Amino acid sequence: MNISWYIVLSALLFTIGAVGILVRRSPMVILLCLELMLNAANLALVAFSREVGNAQGQIFALVVMVVAACEVVVGLGLIVAIFRRKLPLDVDDLRELRG
Amino acid sequence: MEGVVFFIAAIGAVVGAIGVVAARNPFYSVLALIAHLFSLAVLFLLLTAAFVAAAQVVVYAGAVMVLYVFVVAYVGEAHEAKWDPVPGQRLFAGLLAFFLFVEISAAILSSGLKALSSHGPDVPAGFGDPAAIGNLLLEKFLVPFEASSLLLLIAAVGAIVLANRKPRPGAGGGVTSSGHSAPEARPGGVAPSPASQTPTPSVGAAK
Repeated sequence: MNISWYIVLSALLFTIGAVGILVRRSPMVILLCLELMLNAANLALVAFSREVGNAQGQIFALVVMVVAACEVVVGLGLIVAIFRRKLPLDVDDLRELRG
Repeated sequence: MEGVVFFIAAIGAVVGAIGVVAARNPFYSVLALIAHLFSLAVLFLLLTAAFVAAAQVVVYAGAVMVLYVFVVAYVGEAHEAKWDPVPGQRLFAGLLAFFLFVEISAAILSSGLKALSSHGPDVPAGFGDPAAIGNLLLEKFLVPFEASSLLLLIAAVGAIVLANRKPRPGAGGGVTSSGHSAPEARPGGVAPSPASQTPTPSVGAAK
């Protein structure tokens, strides 16, 4: 398969993730859509790494995976904190920066 | 043969991604994301990135998704309104997504990179296997490797601090009252969330 197929697929997945962030209002689903976008970027990184025949791009993808795991952990901690304060889990209701 | 595997995995990845966005229940979103991640691991294998594929399955589908499932089970199903708070939000989101996709594709495909329309160069047999990645991580990229381990530690401690903090007694009442008044202040006449989500006055009074 040509590398361009992978790149176009990565762009498509990134776009789907962006749509999810725009239309969904549950913070948990927004985090999942962030994962989609990060994974699309990972696919592009690995595809470019294959294109130049150099494995250093895969190291970049692994670091992105680590950062995504950190983001998930902190985001889920925030969601649990919001839930324990009995605030609504809806990003339209949570737009006031207090509390 | 490679093309067949690519298209099967690509269709699986796209269907999984659409499932994440479209599923009403967050639990089904998590399951769709797991299917998406497995499809991506197959694509990584096609790109001769064996270690990244294994890490994708073990770290993402194994560890991160378990965390998601636990939090979904703890928080429960969110009640999202089926209509848009901003009129025409979905239409604009779809339009924006279409133009974003066209723009990214045009930017990449017209970039003049010659290897884009090839398989890439021939690589040696050990390309992307754990030995090669380990050599790179522990020799050339030792400092980013250690920095990422420090980042993981900070994130774990931060998540514990965030999720374990008790709401202060004084601030609890003020927060719940402002959170209670927020849904009425929303434009578009959206009904407030169900009673399970909105704080009741008795909760604030009890604190």
